Amino acid sequence: MSEEVSNEQAPQENKGGFFSRLKQGLTKTRESMAGGIGKLFKGKGEVGPELLDELEESLLLADVGTRATEFILDELKRGVRDAGHRERQDVMAHLKRLMVEILEENQRAIEFPSGMPLVLLVIGVNGSGKTTTIGKLAARWKMDGKKVVLGAGDTFRAAAIEQLQEWARRTDIPCIHQKSGADPSAVAYDTVQAAVNRKLDAAIIDTAGRLQTNVNLMEELKKVKRVIGKVLPSAPHETLLVLDASIGQNSLSQARLFHEALSIDGLVMTKLDGSAKGGVLLNLSRELGIPVRYVGVGEKVEDLQEFNAKAFVEALVGE
Amino acid sequence: MFESLSTRLDAIYKKLRGRGVLKEPDVDEALREIRIALIEADVSLPVVKTFLAAIREKAVGQEVLRSLTPGHQMVKIVSEELTALLGEDFKEIQFAPQPPTIILMAGLQGSGKTTTVGKLARRFKQKGKTCLLVPADVYRPAAIEQLNILGKDLGIDVYQAGEEKDPVVICQKAVQEARRKLCQVVILDTAGRHQIDEALMTELRAIKQTVSPHEILFVADAMMGQQAATIAQAFNEAVGIDGVVLTKLDGDARGGAALSIKSVTGKPIRFIGLGEKLDALEPFHPDRLVSKILGMGDVLTLVEKARQTYELEEQEELEKKIRKNQFTLEDFRDQLKQVQKMGSIQQLMSMIPGMSQVKGLKVDEGAFSRIEAMINSMTREERAKHQIINASRKRRIAEGSGTRVNDINKLLKQFAQMQKMMKKFSSGKMRGLNLGQMFGGRGGGFSPF
Repeated sequence: MSEEVSNEQAPQENKGGFFSRLKQGLTKTRESMAGGIGKLFKGKGEVGPELLDELEESLLLADVGTRATEFILDELKRGVRDAGHRERQDVMAHLKRLMVEILEENQRAIEFPSGMPLVLLVIGVNGSGKTTTIGKLAARWKMDGKKVVLGAGDTFRAAAIEQLQEWARRTDIPCIHQKSGADPSAVAYDTVQAAVNRKLDAAIIDTAGRLQTNVNLMEELKKVKRVIGKVLPSAPHETLLVLDASIGQNSLSQARLFHEALSIDGLVMTKLDGSAKGGVLLNLSRELGIPVRYVGVGEKVEDLQEFNAKAFVEALVGE
Repeated sequence: MFESLSTRLDAIYKKLRGRGVLKEPDVDEALREIRIALIEADVSLPVVKTFLAAIREKAVGQEVLRSLTPGHQMVKIVSEELTALLGEDFKEIQFAPQPPTIILMAGLQGSGKTTTVGKLARRFKQKGKTCLLVPADVYRPAAIEQLNILGKDLGIDVYQAGEEKDPVVICQKAVQEARRKLCQVVILDTAGRHQIDEALMTELRAIKQTVSPHEILFVADAMMGQQAATIAQAFNEAVGIDGVVLTKLDGDARGGAALSIKSVTGKPIRFIGLGEKLDALEPFHPDRLVSKILGMGDVLTLVEKARQTYELEEQEELEKKIRKNQFTLEDFRDQLKQVQKMGSIQQLMSMIPGMSQVKGLKVDEGAFSRIEAMINSMTREERAKHQIINASRKRRIAEGSGTRVNDINKLLKQFAQMQKMMKKFSSGKMRGLNLGQMFGGRGGGFSPF
């Protein structure tokens, strides 16, 4: 439980960075909808059923989903009653604490293994933003002084290889690739092998987008994972699922089925600079307990930000 | 929400069976369930509200049809209203009287614009139209290359912009080239953009003003969440869309976004994308999406597939045989072939209500060919009278079909059960073979082995 989260103490280090960008994006929709959560707490008065109804609506509009919304509101009701909160502002602070708590429960940072490269496998449905995320992440790590190699494992979609190569060229990072239609496992194998031989810090492997219900394509991913394990038994160290913030409750199905098949270590939520708020992360955190590693809030490299639960909740709830 | 709406409503109305008219409190209770179902299907909240108000007005006081339970009656009202809201049946894109017909694609990043361009082009080509594809996404790395590859695969021209980096100029020049080459259709593939990105929305407007497209297609991911209404509205207000393409409907998306988009823009949903391959584009039928939104499976598509595949005569012949208890192993084999003609079993299963939720459902497609092999290895006499198959015959059949005696036993046992079932069918009324029944409902599972 983080007591310091309240209206006045928004995370300072994020002003102008993630926080403001995220909030900028989120504010735009909030204005267009029924006033937003923040507005509900502006006035004074009793914390009654009306407020809870409005609150429910706002959470649902943020894609939090019916189950997580119900859970959050039940907890809030109990918390408010126990603490005897009378002011809307206190209820607001309590709500934020609750949401941060849900999101932070599973947060852990990616750990680089010692004596071998970190092998990162990036997966997700079509159009979620895998390749772009890889490009940004690689650039970011390179700026941190890490030596990275990319693997163009999306051998299916037209020009996917070229797309990753373009990122590699821009950031001057090597990219292992074969021709279109090649076996993605082979590309993954070569990439990990290259990272080991060249004693690099990380290998990031792209994969073709696939819907989580496609059994055959999920089997293909399992094979990629197995083959990576043949080069480095502990790899992949991080299987990263990329989710699109504009997707609704299907993200839950995505995370669940990808996790069942491949055991996910972390999540990335992209496209948070649009009007979508990604409230489904609250649902996901409760159901699956997978940490959120990064969020994408724009086109530029620095727009891939480390996930910060407080900033996320601030942006989602507003003031 | 992982059970279908009809199941939920059934539970509520169990205690109400027999009452003649839908009463206010009952309707309200049902509406609460419907609300949850719609929100879980990602229908935008304001749309849900308007919709429920309409349903309430319709439902209260309505008489329950004799053949329906009150729960079914509610589902009937809901699905009829949803169907009406989603609009009329499939409408083809209108070709301009003076070619070329110019189609402009717009949508968020990753919604599937470029892939849809390829699919549309393929469709037009099959209709005998000449197309020119125009890559106007100058931002995403390799987006132009992607369209070039698709064009090459399809044998369709792709406009070469050379050094030109201004999407407006690219579109303008491409349309000029299309006129020169007497192309009938030009498809402009623009960059993905957020509706709140003013600069890119201005660019889209500029393209529209410059080339005056006949059709602006809004490409939307079927899995979109609550923002679908806001986003579609913003695109519609900014450039004015004429139609919608809903992509990625081949997964387990409930597709509530379609309802949101349709109700805020009023524009027809033209096509749905059902896979990554270029032939996976189908005309939109509202009734089918409704059953998906309500979690009732895509029964209609399945029924239609079955109808297409089954020759009517064969079916009548089969029916006769079943009535007379003359269904043999040979008929069984023919049946299996028919089923396989309809597509992969996995695909068929996904259309059956409830099946999509059966966890880890895996169908061994190979099982069908094994059965076929076994039956093929039998003599004609054995196929007609399976009772004569003794141990030595079984060994021979197993050897001939590359299976084990155990497999033969299983097949014969299952076949005997099937015959028994058919006897039951034939004693009642049976109009045609009901595949839904054959495969069983939720979790019932039809497993060859």
